[in-house]
Amino acid sequence: MMMTITDFLFFAFAGVTVAAALGVVTSKNPVHSALFLVLTFFSCSAIWLMLEAEFLAITLVLVYVGAVMVLFLFVVMMLDINVAKMREGFVSYLPIGGLFAFLMLAIMVYVVGPVGPDVMGTAALDNAVVHGPDYSNTEELGEILYTDYVLAFEIAAFILLVAIIAAISLTLRRRPKTKYQTPGNQIKVKRDDRLKIIDSDAEVLK
Amino acid sequence: MSEMIDNMIVMALEFWDWFPADVQTFIWILVKIVLILAPLMICVAYITYAERKIIGYMQIRIGPNRVGFRGWLQPIADAMKLMFKEVIIPAKSDKYLFLIAPVLSIMPALAAWAVIPFDRGMVLTDVNAGLLYVLALTSIGVYGVIIAGWASNSKYAILSSLRVGAQIVAYEIAMGFALVGVLMASGSLNMSDIVEGQAGGMGSWYIWPLLPMFFVYFISGVAETNRAPFDVAEGESEIVAGFHVEYSGMAFAVFFLAEYANIILISSLTALLFLGGWLSPFEGVLDAGHWLAATSFFWFFAKACIFAFCFLWFRATFPRYRYDQIMRLGWKVFIPVTIVWLFVEAVMVVAEVGPWAT
Repeated sequence: MMMTITDFLFFAFAGVTVAAALGVVTSKNPVHSALFLVLTFFSCSAIWLMLEAEFLAITLVLVYVGAVMVLFLFVVMMLDINVAKMREGFVSYLPIGGLFAFLMLAIMVYVVGPVGPDVMGTAALDNAVVHGPDYSNTEELGEILYTDYVLAFEIAAFILLVAIIAAISLTLRRRPKTKYQTPGNQIKVKRDDRLKIIDSDAEVLK
Repeated sequence: MSEMIDNMIVMALEFWDWFPADVQTFIWILVKIVLILAPLMICVAYITYAERKIIGYMQIRIGPNRVGFRGWLQPIADAMKLMFKEVIIPAKSDKYLFLIAPVLSIMPALAAWAVIPFDRGMVLTDVNAGLLYVLALTSIGVYGVIIAGWASNSKYAILSSLRVGAQIVAYEIAMGFALVGVLMASGSLNMSDIVEGQAGGMGSWYIWPLLPMFFVYFISGVAETNRAPFDVAEGESEIVAGFHVEYSGMAFAVFFLAEYANIILISSLTALLFLGGWLSPFEGVLDAGHWLAATSFFWFFAKACIFAFCFLWFRATFPRYRYDQIMRLGWKVFIPVTIVWLFVEAVMVVAEVGPWAT
């Protein structure tokens, strides 16, 4: 079978995704790990783009790469993490970690792969139609999100709102001794409040 | 003689046809990219010259006037100097990241031009999610700065990258909301559609119904590019030169190019989204045959130039913001303003009042 450009691109991006994901867990420096995670997101988004999901792909870059990982990197840079210490229990945790990884892989193969009960309806994808350039994934997504799934969407939005308010209320506390500026008062200050200009006769210095 | 030229053209066309169709498309796209980037780079070179001249005249001095006629070759001389300078890599730095950082900073600044329409139909890729694409790419420009600061292994550099990180994340939210306002007004994420939605003379431009959004967007754009008065990232009086203090030669020049490419990008985006891009302001005022009333690249360029000039003007005019004031402006002023205006706009769209009634 001849490999088309689409196939080639898919394998290139998939390869980068897997390699970068391995880099996240194997690199010695946490900052490098975080940057590998960024690369993983990026190549994932490229794969999504090839699946005609351009809205999701760009939003992945916008939200996860552009905002979440920046803050993540921020924290990782400032922390003094000793990676050697974190790796001490690696061998003893390996069997249980491996077991979970295998279980997750098995579930994914069962749900998405060719052996399972086709929960995700992937069998229909075998004769999926490639849409033309006029196809707008953003529009399709918006239509289904605000009609069929409007309740789930609203609930998700509400949960996020609660999380935001909780995070703010946890950090928002006024310490009694801290001095604050009130920018309004700063702006309102007139010259005469601070400064007094006095007329005086000119003196000739000798 | 002319027969020889004809033969050569025929040969060249035969050679071109000999390529497979995919390769032809690929080469054609590459040519288009060069056609966009080469003038862009010239613009970047000459906006540095313009900056030094304009700020010079604003401060009652002449600015560069030694190299070439009236200093016109100054940017070329600067580029040559930077190219021949040694790139010094600090001994305790993270060498790979140190060298990748400038690339990460210029890549999004150039890649965003793929969806910018210069004239009707004059665009590299007319994608449907163009606005989102631009927003996503400008949001990853911050990595170059953060990584540069960290990889340099210098106190000033890391301080600067922390400042930049917080500042850009803060202003990106306001910027995103302002763009949501634009896409609500136009009902499309496609850049060309957004411009076409503003057709019908000066009064139909989105700047009028979205005036608060326009100010928020442009000021956030200034903050995003780390330009004065929001240039705490460089803050030469506080942290020397910030994130690029350890960079020299071409590695520094790439950061410099990225900054100016970003200025031009933000100016062009503001012109496209709020001032109707390539549409003429005299549409309907002058008769349709007049060249000033026609849509053209000239109008896009002129509008973008106005905003690029504002960038330079701000730098000569305003003192640097204090860090907490920057954060206050971003979080407590701009974000509430945009949210309120989004609400107003949504009500107007639903009630079909104003310019959104269809």
